[in-house]
Amino acid sequence: MISTIVIIGAGQAGAQAIDTLRREGFGGRLVLIGDEPELPYQRPPLSKKYLCGELAAERLLFRHRSFYDEHRIELRLGTPAVRLDAAARQVELASGEKLAYDRLLLCLGAGSRRLTCPGATLPGVRYLRALADVAPIQTGFKAGARVVIVGGGYIGLETAATCRGMGCEVTVLEMADRIMNRVVAPAVSRYFAEEHRTRGVGIICDTRVVRIEGQGRVERVVCADGSAHAADLVIVGVGAIATTELASAAGLACNDGIVVDEYCRTSDPEIYAAGDCTNHPSLRFGRRVRLESVDNAFEQAKTAALNLLGKPVPHDRVPWFWSDQFDNKLLIVGLSQDYDTQVLRGDPASRSFSVCYLKGGELLAVEAVNHSKDYMAARKLIAERAQLNPQKLADNQVSIKDSI
Amino acid sequence: MPKIVFIEPGGSRHEIDAPLGITLMEAARQHGVQGVVALCGGACACATCHVYVDPCWLPRLEPREEMEEGMLESAWQPRDNSRLSCQVHITAQLDGLQVTVPQRQGQEPGFVRE
Repeated sequence: MISTIVIIGAGQAGAQAIDTLRREGFGGRLVLIGDEPELPYQRPPLSKKYLCGELAAERLLFRHRSFYDEHRIELRLGTPAVRLDAAARQVELASGEKLAYDRLLLCLGAGSRRLTCPGATLPGVRYLRALADVAPIQTGFKAGARVVIVGGGYIGLETAATCRGMGCEVTVLEMADRIMNRVVAPAVSRYFAEEHRTRGVGIICDTRVVRIEGQGRVERVVCADGSAHAADLVIVGVGAIATTELASAAGLACNDGIVVDEYCRTSDPEIYAAGDCTNHPSLRFGRRVRLESVDNAFEQAKTAALNLLGKPVPHDRVPWFWSDQFDNKLLIVGLSQDYDTQVLRGDPASRSFSVCYLKGGELLAVEAVNHSKDYMAARKLIAERAQLNPQKLADNQVSIKDSI
Repeated sequence: MPKIVFIEPGGSRHEIDAPLGITLMEAARQHGVQGVVALCGGACACATCHVYVDPCWLPRLEPREEMEEGMLESAWQPRDNSRLSCQVHITAQLDGLQVTVPQRQGQEPGFVRE
């Protein structure tokens, strides 16, 4: 008999789990614990429409407060869980409150990887992950303000585009030889680098930040080659690390994320986990993955909720991702690792094209730039393990699904 | 505030007051209309807020842009009156608009999204 379910983490996954649990008829006590004081909200707009002020904070919320009242959700917001006692089935909050559970769902998310070089903690060095991170960055938005962004990944580049739109002078420093090198093909990197440069964003690759200097606050970022970049504001986007401390301290198996099986079960039979914090099997790709993805958080939380109520359903999804930079939309579906063939569809100069990845003829992933048609078709084809013909695929007059 | 009527997948009628300036998707989600998943939060990146607009209201909506068009092509059972509700802004002219939420969002295999 499950009478109390406690969820730690009030992000995308936690918010979805309560919804599914109530919809599936769970009528017992349901407690949602969050580190941040806000009601569960969407994170993706933080580097985009919310950062530039186009979207008001209340439009970030998944649900109004009345939803939580109506569904009898006990909210513990702004009170992080500090200790998990798996043997006693009990969670302790920063407030001192102790909550006993029958089932626990961990939706702990991921945290920003921190810079560790000298000067990394100077005032004016910022990260962008939570709602509270945005206002201090916005106060730095003065026309002509010099913003240096460390890291040319999604967060860095989206933030660069937004800052440039706000009239700042923006430089992006990337350690690898091209931007977004871990997630997209060279052709896509080139396209986005050009888009940024055309709009006046400085993109510098092959450069490693060695220290940040300033008297009392950040003034410049110094790289290994001795170059220095004057900065009024530094925004760091160098990746994320799964939040696992609570779980590992409680003895749960962790390895780049909380280890779960396809039913979202951790190594403790009463504890489940979902979202960015998990290291889980991808059934489609046949290996363990840890994903930072809204879709994965949503789907895995839903699956976890069902399993937690004794309705066995495996988590089996093809992940997808998107990024908005200036007026460009990058849409990615699937995981491209282990591909043997890469096919370009369309001409990047037309500002709409895609890159397809195949292995033994099977479609693994598609990166679509301003090309929603290819992206949507691929979502279905990748899940179905469609076999495609690379020659036909290269002809963008032929639709992806007809490239057989 | 304009009144918008959502017909949920199960057939139940959900009438809501939608403030001007937000999108049809946001109005649906804030009021917990079933079937409007809206995973990407309005970025036109997921096609999980697909709805059918009562055809007589179509002339009062801004036409679809290319990105939305491409998204809808592979949505679940697209029709001429299909829209992504995140791309439709609530205006005074939409008072009384009726939209129907499809039985599911997304064509991919796996269990039905709700």
